[in-house]
Amino acid sequence: MQKLDSKIPDGPLADKWKNYKAGLRLVSPANKKKIEIIVVGTGLAGSAAASSLGELGYKVKVFCFQDSPRRAHSVAAQGGINAAKNYRNDNDSVYRLFHDMIKGGDYRAREANVYRAAEVSNDVIDHFTALGVPFARDYGGTLDTRSFGGVQVSRTFYAKGQTGQQCLLGTYSSLNRQIAKGTVKMYPRRDMLDIVIIDGKTRGIITRNLLTGEIERHSAHAVVLATGGYGTVFYLSTLGLGSNASAAWSAFKKGAFFANPSFIQIHPTSIPVLNDYQCKLTLMSESLRNDGRVWVPKQKGDKRHPVEIPEDERDYYLERRYPAFGNLVPRDVASRAAKERCDAGYGVGDTGLSVYLDFKDAIAKQGEDKIRDKYGNLFEMYEKITGINPYRQPMRIYPAGHYTMGGLWVDYNLMTTIPGLFAIGESNFSDHGANRLGASSLMQCCGDGYFILPNTISDYLADDIRTGKIPEEDKEFEKAEKNVSDRIKRIMSVKGKQTASSFHKRLGKIMWDHCGMRRDAEGLKKGMELLKELEKEFWSDICIPGSDRELNQELEKALKVADFFEVGRLMCEDALQREESCGAHFREEHQTETGEAKRDDSKFAFVGAWEFQGQDARPKLHREELEFKYVELKERSYK
Amino acid sequence: MDFKLKIWRQKNAQAKGSFRTYPVSDVSPEMSFLEMIDYLNKQIIESGGEPITFEQDCREGICGSCGLYINGRPHGPMRRTTTCELHMREFSDGETIVIEPWRSKAFPVIKDLVVDRSSFERVMHAGGFISVDTGSAAEANSLPVSKHNSDKAFDAAACIGCGACVAACKNSSAVLFAAAKIAQYALIPQGKAEAKERVDRMVKQMDTEGFGYCSNTYGCEFDCPKGISVDFIALMNREFFSSKLCKQIPGKYTRKV
Repeated sequence: MQKLDSKIPDGPLADKWKNYKAGLRLVSPANKKKIEIIVVGTGLAGSAAASSLGELGYKVKVFCFQDSPRRAHSVAAQGGINAAKNYRNDNDSVYRLFHDMIKGGDYRAREANVYRAAEVSNDVIDHFTALGVPFARDYGGTLDTRSFGGVQVSRTFYAKGQTGQQCLLGTYSSLNRQIAKGTVKMYPRRDMLDIVIIDGKTRGIITRNLLTGEIERHSAHAVVLATGGYGTVFYLSTLGLGSNASAAWSAFKKGAFFANPSFIQIHPTSIPVLNDYQCKLTLMSESLRNDGRVWVPKQKGDKRHPVEIPEDERDYYLERRYPAFGNLVPRDVASRAAKERCDAGYGVGDTGLSVYLDFKDAIAKQGEDKIRDKYGNLFEMYEKITGINPYRQPMRIYPAGHYTMGGLWVDYNLMTTIPGLFAIGESNFSDHGANRLGASSLMQCCGDGYFILPNTISDYLADDIRTGKIPEEDKEFEKAEKNVSDRIKRIMSVKGKQTASSFHKRLGKIMWDHCGMRRDAEGLKKGMELLKELEKEFWSDICIPGSDRELNQELEKALKVADFFEVGRLMCEDALQREESCGAHFREEHQTETGEAKRDDSKFAFVGAWEFQGQDARPKLHREELEFKYVELKERSYK
Repeated sequence: MDFKLKIWRQKNAQAKGSFRTYPVSDVSPEMSFLEMIDYLNKQIIESGGEPITFEQDCREGICGSCGLYINGRPHGPMRRTTTCELHMREFSDGETIVIEPWRSKAFPVIKDLVVDRSSFERVMHAGGFISVDTGSAAEANSLPVSKHNSDKAFDAAACIGCGACVAACKNSSAVLFAAAKIAQYALIPQGKAEAKERVDRMVKQMDTEGFGYCSNTYGCEFDCPKGISVDFIALMNREFFSSKLCKQIPGKYTRKV
């Protein structure tokens, strides 16, 4: 059995990273040229890491499934990126950002990692500014900020509602510079299907060239996964349709522990489902809650047009239940409150599964121009999708699967339990505990990629300066390639009747109903059974037209869905063992009298890290106990 | 709603493509254009055929993956709308809809409606960046940038790299795409140091890739889903000529070209 060693350095919290970094080993410039690193994924974390490693002089190979690294789903992040600059003089600090993240994560994240993420946040803003990222500015030419859900300071830097796009284009530009220099080689249109381990160390990956169908071997001295989250397990989610769990899942099956898989954020402000063929939910940035007020009619089943419902017949339920934070409560709280109202019969729209987000008062107070300036593109996006003008009548919103706090378990070096395999950004579990605060994912991704991983990976690679090129002819490569080919052959040979998407849709429904916003033991067990049945049906009735030796999007989808059955089961398993409610994980059995989440720190202040035990065996749970020395564990109250 | 879809089918880059007609019925006006194709594809697969291959990912108009030439217009009839944001309520019942891939020499067809846009990548490699290493940045507020210029840089940076400008242009020119990046960096102090070489290199790369010249028809701006303004092309031209002049003056170029 592997022992979980988080490698958290000793010493005072504020000095941990500084002192630890000073002790990390380096690789000389001459040796860096001989060392190859693979980075999988080109979102913020991946392209930041790849460009930084390229700048350092390593030979970097980068992979993405899209035609261009610029299309990774970080591009869709809207609201902003946090940093502890204290530009507003509102008494913000690294400590306060750290504290907000620990509290927001409902005390299920590691203190040392979170503090470090907060610490490097300022460097990220400096770097992006130098790269020409057009963050919003004030008339004096300095950077503007706004406040975001769950905090009381204004520390979120933004570029209208397109912050993710602008940050990603920043990391993409630094990646392009390295590609032009020849330090980074880009491999677009590749799906990573397996990792290769030689003598206990990660030495490469197996990919499928999506244009030719060829199965390829790529060797390196270390592999970095920056492959994002698995929110598409719900089918309907705010993620890109290509987002998937397969890279992380192949690592799990090769021995990397998977931590807190059930911690998955349901975002409160997404456009509700409008038709049966929908395969994607569009997010409306949380920043809208700065000016929008959430409400439902006081009267059950009130079918009047929203503008006809007078003020005193509206229930601003977030302001009512949480007077201190009002509409700015964290995402998990806002999502559950919306579900509670809808389940109780107060929901609006044809399906009764949505609530209003109203800008009437903000427009009256600030003027339409000011609101357009802040959220113009979001309002436009809403109108395009729904045909409704949100300047004239309230938006309708409903929660949707969004971000996965869970992911591959990593130590302080961001290394998984397999030596030489690193996980950064959303694909790891480390910084957000059981719930992520708004605008902290961009922050973490960029911090991991630009400022943390390049230091820790060098320390690991210091042992590899004499290794020489890793031969792709090694029998481990052959074995991994054969596994991948066999799996593709197997899935192609089913020749059934149903499409990958129709399976995915049914799978998503099972997950949403049984392992979604509210969970209970019975439902989770039932969910696991249903997943097993559906998986069996999948392997006997999946239909993939065409051949595997060409561009075949149905095959790509089917391979991802096949993994999601297994991911879903692990999520249920994890949700079942966690007999408490914390953050996004809400167990019906564990709530206060007023219906708030009831944490159990005496039994569950740990990271649940799962180890693969074989295809049909139950995975094994390892506990990494969380120590809180710098924050006091409190009930998370936003009242 | 019912439609007749005339769709470009092409097995691979080498094969000769042709239009095929597909009737599609019971389409909901709430469906997006790509959901309508998903719906058609499901029927094609279930009846033993090969589905229509097209690119897509975010389905919210920001990743730039999708791009279909619909009824003779990139991304279809609506302005400032990507294909994935287009909804069937914008079409009339019974209409024939023609769907093609982007048509440009610099974007060869890979399969059906998927084209190879790697030429855009190479234009970016030629200079779509500010040369600053991680770790060497100054404190963010140490360099004030006028709000006016910063906002304009943002407008330019809103480009999603979808290629609609090229598809809209009768010359298959990529100037709006390149100009957006060149202008973003030319407008802010951080980008000034390399501005002269940047424009030179990126324009040269556009020519190498086989994109055409600009003849000021403004079709690119009209069909750009993000509404990138042709003003940036003017700015690029100014930068380009200034670059040519500076080439003659020793010390105005930081690197050899």
